[in-house]
Parts: sequence; C-alpha cells; structure tokens
Amino acid sequence: MGNPLTLWRRFLARANDDPVKVFGVALIVALFSAVVVSTAAVTLKPLQDAHLEAERAARMARMLDTLPGMREVMEDAGIDTLEKRIVDLATGDFIGDIDAASFDFQAASIDPAQSVAIPADVDVARLRRRAVYAPVYLLERENELLLVVLPMSGSGYQSTIRAMLALEPDLRTIAALTITEQGETPGLGASIEDPVWQARWVGKEAADDTGQIVISVVRGKAVGPYQVDGISGATVTSNGVANMIRYWVGDHGFGPFLDQLRQERK
Amino acid sequence: MTSNLRHITDPLIQNNPITLQTLGICSALAVTTSLSTALVMSIALTVVLCLASALISLIRNHIPNVIRLIVQIIIIASLVIVIDEVLQAFAFEISRQLSIFVGLIVTNCLVLGRAEAFAMRNAVWPSMLDGLGNGIGYSLILIIVGSIRELLGAGSLLGYTVFISRADGGWFEPLGLMQLAPSAFFIIGLLIWAIRTHWTAQVAAPKFAIKTSRVPR
Repeated sequence: MGNPLTLWRRFLARANDDPVKVFGVALIVALFSAVVVSTAAVTLKPLQDAHLEAERAARMARMLDTLPGMREVMEDAGIDTLEKRIVDLATGDFIGDIDAASFDFQAASIDPAQSVAIPADVDVARLRRRAVYAPVYLLERENELLLVVLPMSGSGYQSTIRAMLALEPDLRTIAALTITEQGETPGLGASIEDPVWQARWVGKEAADDTGQIVISVVRGKAVGPYQVDGISGATVTSNGVANMIRYWVGDHGFGPFLDQLRQERK
Repeated sequence: MTSNLRHITDPLIQNNPITLQTLGICSALAVTTSLSTALVMSIALTVVLCLASALISLIRNHIPNVIRLIVQIIIIASLVIVIDEVLQAFAFEISRQLSIFVGLIVTNCLVLGRAEAFAMRNAVWPSMLDGLGNGIGYSLILIIVGSIRELLGAGSLLGYTVFISRADGGWFEPLGLMQLAPSAFFIIGLLIWAIRTHWTAQVAAPKFAIKTSRVPR
C-alpha cells in the first residue's frame, strides 16, 4: 500500500473515465508542463535580456540620429555616447557612489529595497512603485547643456511601456521620444513604435511657463504646443504614453532634478 | 520499415497538410513574405509537431477521453512557449519578425489535427514520423511560397539581392502585391491546381452539385 510505485501502478490501472484518473492526469500533465515552461523561461532570461539591452542601446543611438545636428555636435566634442549619471529622484541630486554603468533601473524599480511606493493621487502612470535612484543621460559641450535624456515607464492598455524622452536645454521642449519596449495590441496600440507617431512629439512642450505639466494626447486635431494627436483605436495606449511623460517630468518623477538643473544654469 | 517511411513521404505531396488537408493556411499567409521567416517558422512548427505527436502518443492510453483536447492543448502550448523563448534568446531579430505567429502555432489546426487524427491512435515512433512528415510537408509549401514572394516582391532571396531593382539601376520592378497576404492565397491556389492536375485522385468530388434553375413559364 505504502509503496509509491504500487500506488502509481494502481493509479494507471484505473479506468480512463474514473474521476480520480481524470483529475490526476490533468494535474500531472499541467504540473509537468509548468515545470518545463518555467525552466525554459528562467534559464533563457539572461540571454533575452542581453538582446533587449542591445536593442535599447540601438534605439538610443537611432534617436540621437533623428536629432538634427546632434551627431556633429558629439563628433566635435569627441564623444560617441551620452554621459550616464545617477540621480536621487526625491532631491534631484546627483549620486556619485553608484556605478552608473552597471545600474539596473528596471530591476531597481521593482526591488522593494531600492524603490518607494507612489502615492495613488500622483500615480498617473499607474506604476505603483518607482526606483529611488534613476539614470539620466546628459550631453554637454564646454559646460553648456545640449540635451537631457530621461528613461521612463508607464502602464499602457495591456503592458508596461518603456521609453526614452529627450529634452532640449530649456528642459521643457521635447527633442525626441522613442519607445524602447511595449507589448500593446499589434496593429493598434503597438503603433506607438511607429517613428511617424513618435515624431509628432518633437517640438511639443511638456510644461508651460509656470512649470505646470500640461502635455496631453487629444483625439482629432492637436493644436498648440501642448497637444499631440492620439492614435485612433488606441486611446488607452496613447493616453498611457502621455501619462507616463506627465508623471516622469512631474514633481514625483524627474521634476526635482530638472529644477536643480535649471537653478544651476541660471 | 517501408510502412514507417510512408509516414514521412506521404504528407509531402500525396497528403500534404496545406494543399490537400488545407490546414494551417493562416500562418502560411502571414510568415511567407520572406524566405528567412518562412524557414524559421517551418523549423519551429516541425519541432513542435514532432515533439507534440511523440508526447501525446506516449501517454495516449492514459488520456481520459473527456479531457483529451485539454491535455493535448496543454502539451502543445507548453512546447510552443518553450520554442518561443528559445527563439527570443537565440534568434532575436527573427522572433521579432514572426511576432505573434510563433505563439499562434498553438492554434494552428495542423498540430491539433495530427494529434487527434494520428498520435492518439498510434505508437510513439510512427507518430513522431507522422509529425515530422507533416512538418516537412508544411515546410515545403511555406518555402515555395516564401521563395516566390520574396523573389518577386523584393527581388532577393534570404536577404541577398537576386534581381537588381530599377531603383538601384537594374531592370527589376518589385511586385508590391507579393508582399501582401492575398498573393500567398494565389500561390497556394496555383499549387493546389498544379498538384491536382497531376494527381487527379486528389480532386475532391463536389459535396453539393450546383443546381440549374428552371424558369417557370
């Protein structure tokens, strides 16, 4: 009775329409499949992440290529990538004692020790948590700031959207927006990856003169410097992108850092 | 042995899953814009089909009839997820191009069709060969369609330029239609026509005769 092998034989010997056998077979097949799928997912994760990282770097490079004259400036200055620095989002100060190259923003965002909860009333991007420290990318020439690139993320319709937002030296005007990662509906929300749509953000202003965050996505015809055309059939996704920018440029996101940067330059 | 070999050779043309059984047409339209995606999809589907047939055949005597479809789908879906993860890890660019179609192998009627029709009733080895044969039969059509579409639609094969397009100073005018899904329908239709002209046994008798109407006077 106690012998597992005997029990197993007895189980297999049951009639196929026996309820115990039906549930047993379903359970065993499901468990076995779950183990196989999880093993594959976990062991292959590092390789997939490396591809995603390379893809992100390539998109960053492509974004710089879309900015007129940016490559020439960089060549003049003798640099080929932007300077990556880590800032404390709450104070806006640069943090020197973290190795910028190895800082993993995405991992820090979900690590309880390296992130804080976002109060519900300011969580427009529906992220729930954000990292304490975040990387920023700066392009400077002879102490003159030329470009700031901020990494950001927010909830879309069915996935987390990750993006890079490049701001002009006035720290309000959008120089470029590039979506680095998304899993929205193919053909609808996934169109946010379309360079044509991303180009519509260029030249728009995230905040008005008083510092109020005013950028938004509208249906129909966008007018003025604070409105961008949404994608028809993908309202939730388009709003997700706008909310992501509103959150990250706002006071709970990179706001303090941008304020500091503005103060320094005055 | 010869009878086992038949499981592989039969589905190539005589009993081809696409042209005779008309299974798996959907993905055949979607992934054949270029030969490389068609090849990767063929390999992915053949691997899934082989393994699914083998696994289902292995436990066929213990699959309760009432939940057999669920069990089959669980096995197929798990295999597809694993294949998808492997592609994302080792063939990132191509997995991008195939996008959701690898995941949709689950819903490819070919895999479930072979599991129901063959693997549930036959031993492991013949089931695996049947899966392999049907996979190769599917691949054959995909490769033919993919080659024609890439050659006529972009003037290249596997990304290498064969015909120099007029834009680059050659003579070839790319056929835009070939890049669109309907062209795959046309090519598959022509293939079915050619095959059924040669092997007339494949011509199916019409299920419903067209009735000639009589106009009452």
